[in-house]
Amino acid sequence: MMWLLVGVLAVGTVVLKLAGPLLAGGKQPPPALVRVIDLLTPALLTALVVTSTFSAGRELVLDARAAGVAVGLVLLLLRVPLLIALVAAAGVVAGIRLLV
Amino acid sequence: MSTTKEFGRADAVRASATLLLPTAALGVTFGILASTAMGALPAVAMSALVWSGTAQFGAVSVLAGSGGVPLAMGTGLLANARYLPMGFALAPSLSGSAARRALAGILVVDASFALAHRGEGRFDPETVIWAAPVQYAGWVGGTAAGVAGASVLANPGQLGLDVLFPVFYLGLLLPELRGSARGCLVAAMSATVTLMLIPVTPPGVPVLAAAATALLGFRKPS
Repeated sequence: MMWLLVGVLAVGTVVLKLAGPLLAGGKQPPPALVRVIDLLTPALLTALVVTSTFSAGRELVLDARAAGVAVGLVLLLLRVPLLIALVAAAGVVAGIRLLV
Repeated sequence: MSTTKEFGRADAVRASATLLLPTAALGVTFGILASTAMGALPAVAMSALVWSGTAQFGAVSVLAGSGGVPLAMGTGLLANARYLPMGFALAPSLSGSAARRALAGILVVDASFALAHRGEGRFDPETVIWAAPVQYAGWVGGTAAGVAGASVLANPGQLGLDVLFPVFYLGLLLPELRGSARGCLVAAMSATVTLMLIPVTPPGVPVLAAAATALLGFRKPS
């Protein structure tokens, strides 16, 4: 049964990923669709930021990660390089977890 | 990233390498969890063939909670349903033979999708392809290490590695929002939808529903 699970998820993911590239590859979309495509990135990234900051499974949580992300956000807004923002955020989270 | 600056192969590899450590750490966590829930070999095979944290953690948490294989399948597929709109977004930028289009399509993950975004509806397939090997190695290698009982990275929380994902995504998000009132509006809507759905839907659904806020683009900008 576990191999069936692995097989179905592997094939299913490939189908989901390939439908677009194989059916609509290289075709120029109408302007309205171009606007949707460009908005998909911020929509997706925002959702990923929120889930990886505030969720633990199916629970909404406010923990050390939020503080780390806040520090990262401030640094990124100040145009600090991403790598430095990442290290600082991880440092803040590790520090809070060490103390609390 | 909607910059006009040339973003080459080396940049794609370097950017994805930023996520190597947190990805490997997450892989270790998955390996430990999955080897108990489904056995060592299926766990590693799953990471190698499915290659999607959201779907795999979703499916395995169903198994661990005795939800059964069919429910685990449904959860995993739903978690990856976002790849359908992502694939169609990527499609216009993919030219050449079906095999070449399929390569970029199959290698895309959340981070490389965002890294490859060039604006005006375009994505750079090279970025998607070259960002893949490091991420894949980290995920599969981490899973194998976790299955083998590695404990070095078993608690990524201690080093604060888990916060690297949201900050990395934030680093890709901010350039998308600069000078784009609509981008900001969509981001606000997406955040609201995600927060509302996290407590009431299975993993992956909040992100999928939030992606739908991009449909705002169908309205002509005023």
